Amino acid sequence: MPELHWHRLMNTIRKWVQALSFLLTNGSWAFPFTRTIYQGPLKVVCSPGLNCYSCPAATTYCPMGALQQLLAGLRQALDNGQYFFGFYVVGTLGVIGGLVGRLVCGWFCPFGLFQELLHRIPSPKFAVPRPLRFIKFGVLTLMVVILPLTIVGDMGIGSPWFCKTLCPAGTLEAGIPMLLMQPNLREAIGLLFYSKVFILLLFSGWSLVASRPFCRTTCPLGAFYALFSSVKLVKLALDRERCTNCRACHAVCPMGVRFNESPNDTECISCLACSRACPFAAIHLEIGGLPLTAKDRRPLGKQA
Amino acid sequence: MKPTPAPAIRKAPLLTISLFLLMAIIGISLNEPSRVLEQAWQVCLSCIGIG
Repeated sequence: MPELHWHRLMNTIRKWVQALSFLLTNGSWAFPFTRTIYQGPLKVVCSPGLNCYSCPAATTYCPMGALQQLLAGLRQALDNGQYFFGFYVVGTLGVIGGLVGRLVCGWFCPFGLFQELLHRIPSPKFAVPRPLRFIKFGVLTLMVVILPLTIVGDMGIGSPWFCKTLCPAGTLEAGIPMLLMQPNLREAIGLLFYSKVFILLLFSGWSLVASRPFCRTTCPLGAFYALFSSVKLVKLALDRERCTNCRACHAVCPMGVRFNESPNDTECISCLACSRACPFAAIHLEIGGLPLTAKDRRPLGKQA
Repeated sequence: MKPTPAPAIRKAPLLTISLFLLMAIIGISLNEPSRVLEQAWQVCLSCIGIG
């Protein structure tokens, strides 16, 4: 298949996968009648992307929410002889990370899709400062692991700090819909809720003018998957013999990756934008070291 | 012309996936999925900034 057609096909497939993933992880549409969340057996299945499981339509569990809850309740669980260390959640996430890593962000995450759609609205566009990428590793370590484990109440139970104080996906998918469905809850909202709405508005506004700011700076799930950037099975690879360092890949990357300089970059979401833009067919998808896309073997400069 | 060597299969991803799969199986044997399910069935209002 010619390279150009392959890339168009892959781009179309990615958009369909994003839409399908959004619908599958939010596939319970009975909530206008039940006025509560889905409580079926599918909720034992991990959502690969960031998708709040208190969303009325959510059919799967959010790995970040579940992990925080398990760690927050660890002391009480141990007192009851239950060894809920989070192995099931971390193990599932690790399998996904080992398979595709941050490809999840580019292909499966509903909140990533939300930011991507906002960014398509015409407006001036700005870069996200590169050092901000390190914040998300702090969010993962501190708000998802350390604080839920260490700050506990009288009953020995902690809080899911990331969900409670920061997660804009939870506000968008669960907080606001629950308030609309159950008006009596409006009496319970306070400063915490308003601060979360502010955070949601902040990231929504930022997404208009910058590409995927939450994924790049704050998402703890993206930070976890980023740990697999060198060892994931499916990844983009650079053919150094064909690369001319023309930097065409720099301009198109929605995550600010300079692919020719760091092909194993922790920010790469395998969206294939760089592969599409490369005039020398130097970037290709590979599975376990074996190229998936047929490499263009025409001489340099003779491609599309 | 020198033949191009066949690309080598990377083993690190398979090892990583196996290790985490083992971890998930340990979690299942400890009955963690039932706890995850219990949590996912409840609306935690304070978790979403209400209350």
